[in-house]
Amino acid sequence: MKKKVKVIVIRTAGTNCDYETVTAFKLCGAEVDLVHINRLLEKEINVMDYQILAIPGGFSYGDDVASGKILANEIQYRLMESISKYVAAKRLIIGICNGFQVLVKTGLLPGIDGIDKKEYTTLFNNDSGKFEDRWVHLKSTSKKCVFTKGIKNLSYLPVAHGEGKFLTLDKKILDFIKNNDMVVFKYVNANGGRAVYPENPNGSVEAIAGICNPGGNILGMMPHPERFVNRYTHPRWTRVTLPEEGDGLALFRNAVEFAKKNL
Amino acid sequence: MKNVKIIELLKAEDKKLLEISRKGLLSLTLAEMKAVKNYFKKKKRNPTDIELETIAQTWSEHCKHKTFRGIINYNGKKIDNLLKQTVIKATNQLNKPWCVSVFTDNAGIIKFDKENCVAFKVETHNHPSAIEPYGGAGTGTGGVIRDILGVGLGAKPIMNTDVFCFGPLDFPEEKMIEGTLHPGRIFKGVVAGVRDYGNRMGIPTANGAVIFDEGYASNPLVYCGTVGIMPNKDCFKKVKPGDFVVSLGGKTGRDGIHGATFSSIALDKDTEVSAVQIGNPIMEKKVQDALLQARDLGLYDAMTDCGAGGYSSAVGEMAEETGARIYLDRVPLKYPGLTPWEIWVSEAQERMVFAVPPAKLTEIMKIFERENVEAVVIGEFSGTGRLELFFGKERLADLDMKFIHDGGPRFELTAVWKDKNFPAPDFLCPLDLGNSLEKILSDLSVASKEWIIRQYDHEVQGGSVIKPLQGVTNDGPGDAAVTRPVLTSFKGVAIANGINPRYGLLDPYWMAASNIDEAVRNIIAVGGDPDKIAILDNFCWGSPNKPEELAGLVRASLACYDIAMAYGTPFISGKDSLNNEYADSKTGKKVAIPGTLLISSICIVEDIRSCVTMDFKKEGSLIYLVGETFNEMGGSVYLKNNGYTGNTVPKVNAVQAKKLFDRMFKAMQQGLVRACHDCSEGGLGVALAEMAFAGGLGANVYLDKVIKAPDLKRDDFILFSESNTRFVVEIEKKNSRKFETLFKNFAAANIGTINGERLIVHGEDGRVILSEDINKLKEAWQRPLRNP
Repeated sequence: MKKKVKVIVIRTAGTNCDYETVTAFKLCGAEVDLVHINRLLEKEINVMDYQILAIPGGFSYGDDVASGKILANEIQYRLMESISKYVAAKRLIIGICNGFQVLVKTGLLPGIDGIDKKEYTTLFNNDSGKFEDRWVHLKSTSKKCVFTKGIKNLSYLPVAHGEGKFLTLDKKILDFIKNNDMVVFKYVNANGGRAVYPENPNGSVEAIAGICNPGGNILGMMPHPERFVNRYTHPRWTRVTLPEEGDGLALFRNAVEFAKKNL
Repeated sequence: MKNVKIIELLKAEDKKLLEISRKGLLSLTLAEMKAVKNYFKKKKRNPTDIELETIAQTWSEHCKHKTFRGIINYNGKKIDNLLKQTVIKATNQLNKPWCVSVFTDNAGIIKFDKENCVAFKVETHNHPSAIEPYGGAGTGTGGVIRDILGVGLGAKPIMNTDVFCFGPLDFPEEKMIEGTLHPGRIFKGVVAGVRDYGNRMGIPTANGAVIFDEGYASNPLVYCGTVGIMPNKDCFKKVKPGDFVVSLGGKTGRDGIHGATFSSIALDKDTEVSAVQIGNPIMEKKVQDALLQARDLGLYDAMTDCGAGGYSSAVGEMAEETGARIYLDRVPLKYPGLTPWEIWVSEAQERMVFAVPPAKLTEIMKIFERENVEAVVIGEFSGTGRLELFFGKERLADLDMKFIHDGGPRFELTAVWKDKNFPAPDFLCPLDLGNSLEKILSDLSVASKEWIIRQYDHEVQGGSVIKPLQGVTNDGPGDAAVTRPVLTSFKGVAIANGINPRYGLLDPYWMAASNIDEAVRNIIAVGGDPDKIAILDNFCWGSPNKPEELAGLVRASLACYDIAMAYGTPFISGKDSLNNEYADSKTGKKVAIPGTLLISSICIVEDIRSCVTMDFKKEGSLIYLVGETFNEMGGSVYLKNNGYTGNTVPKVNAVQAKKLFDRMFKAMQQGLVRACHDCSEGGLGVALAEMAFAGGLGANVYLDKVIKAPDLKRDDFILFSESNTRFVVEIEKKNSRKFETLFKNFAAANIGTINGERLIVHGEDGRVILSEDINKLKEAWQRPLRNP
């Protein structure tokens, strides 16, 4: 009998994309637990019981101080011991939107030092100066990222954020990320060419929409793959021919399949 | 007594009674003050301040709907309880089996599927938004979400809708009344407030409308609505004597004192800002997470939200049958210094009150603690039928529940209707109607609201099927929004709205009829089932003490009954906000809003895969206009742009309309319809333009094909008449015969073809009266609110 892959979706005050994230993993055959961060902090639950960890979108703790910062601090200062073990075992982490913001603030991304000693990257206010919900075209660019294996065509996914402009501390960091195949998604125009606003919805440097760590097992991205797992959430499903499956589902399936084989 | 003041009422004469009411911001009339005096006379004592506050809050127009439930003399005819004679009567007589709970709880509840029901509520937060737009609109959103959290034993919010009425963005400064904020500032503040609360709660704001009219320059309207989903078994609540009163969520502060009573009086420059509440969406999200868990474990008997009137209202409602003992010293405060009555009526946000059986207290408190949300036992439901308030050992109040809820005198009001008569339009039909169409598309009420919609997260929760923005570049205006609340099922929920205050200037009866028609046809346009539509009424009016204003309210209510009966659409919830007036300190005059009725609609969509959007899909398809066009230019945008109001308000042939809706549904179910859009502001012309530029496809249209009334002869009137119950429909050629057979006995005609990139309209004599590049039309539509 094949073993069931176990996924932990972490939530806290202000998390709000948990239901659809849980659903996406379930569609791929995983067993999913939606767990409040308090259960981990109080050691009622151990992350090592899971192969995939997801931090969904939302406004954790209202994005007080800075987006994702308080949840990141809880992970960094009270949970890092078990998370380090988890990461060392090459298990998978995905942070979407607010989850991505959390990952860069914990030092799990870009993960240049393993767990980064400082914040090498950040997600800054959109150039447009406001929260925006819109669909974007994405080019999958990393060979090493577990989540995007085999994705060749452009993906079409929604973004919904006010702070998603990806920036690096300096050019050296940017080069490191590029040279180590850590750019996972880039915003492009409908033809796959260079994106300008609103195709690049936030003004991210080099139109970067998502990155992974050097090991390829931790992914952070601003767009929401969990919002497009079947054709009926595509904004034009009533007018164009589409497959039943949405572009976002591949990410969740890749993770579950990888975990089934390797973890 | 240490913690309360005794108010000398027994010796007070009429003048003094009124002074007490006015100075205390109690908003009670003389008759009401006398009833209070009599009650205490029998008790042989004077009331305490907190007792008076409790009565004022419970009897406020906001909470009690005294006008709607009063006795109205309407043009010599006596109406005993307008609400029961119109809106509620329609629901009772229609008696739909899928209506689960109507007009009793925080929201109306209808059946969704075998396991679940959905609840829908729309509220207004007008006065607070006028004074402090961001906070007022945010807490308006938070408040209606709490209504959904607090309906039955609790529902999970799945969709928001927001409808605003503002003054024009270019409203001249010299026309502003002292103390009001400029419409532009109110507009931005309100959008930001709704955005931040809704987005942080993770509820998609997927539907709405914005009306701009000078009538709202000093009194903006902010309607906030929320839909929620709940298991069948959790639709009802019942407090048991002996249950603990548990308060969950935010702490209590001095914010929002007198919100309930202040919403019942006209604003002026001295209105206190402390009447506006302060919102914290993350606290509310924590409350939601905690309460849904407790609900699923069955840990409480009843629960409601603290809205207007705070604890006074929440506990008062829950304890109506049992009575309660409350210890106000146990309430957690934001800061010290509040007097007990302030604690009792404060409208501090994000608080819910639970009735918890003693045996389940430990377990429920543990859940609340694990979610980091504060909960305190503040008393118990007693079984004495009395409301007793304590501070420590000191008893501050002892009132009979029966008196609080039923002791107030009924209002008796007079309504006199006078027919309106505006100058008849006197201008010629322009030779080229291109400019006229562009001008209508650029009208702020018609223009694209993309700037607002994109700031709302309208896709969170992953179920957004029919979005507010549609078409080839995702920017055309959708009719209704459809979502899938259960992601493993193809069942959906559609919501829409109808609002057009300009028709009310002519006759509120036909305004209400038109609004219901619009709310229903928006649902029909996306493929909703006309037999599964429920509606909500939200009246915003001026002072009911003015006979002409009140007559308008009566007429609108009468239409609600007539049209709902004919359409088979029960009202499941509603609300009224009266006294939307602003007192000009210079002239002493009170400026009222135009009487405004928002109709919201909700429909269960059996299978979302049959839904339809409004964008033209295919070159060569045929365009049909379904429904008859009349000479109904009154209140239209076209006449407004030409300086007229007109007199011929759009009417509704309700019996015929219902048949037409049924037929449209059939066509949708058979998959014949590729695109569908209703005709509303700007009529056929605007509907065609929007479908064309949303689809990136032009059209050739012939007005001589339009089925119309014999007295409708002008090309401009045919193109821009706002007659109700009309749809523009795209049918592929291969399906045209089937479609025509289906509509054999209906007013439906092929009026043109989809082709090219221009909208070309031929007049009755065959001459081209309009030929515009669709991108130029789109620009006219997008420009005004692109970066407001």
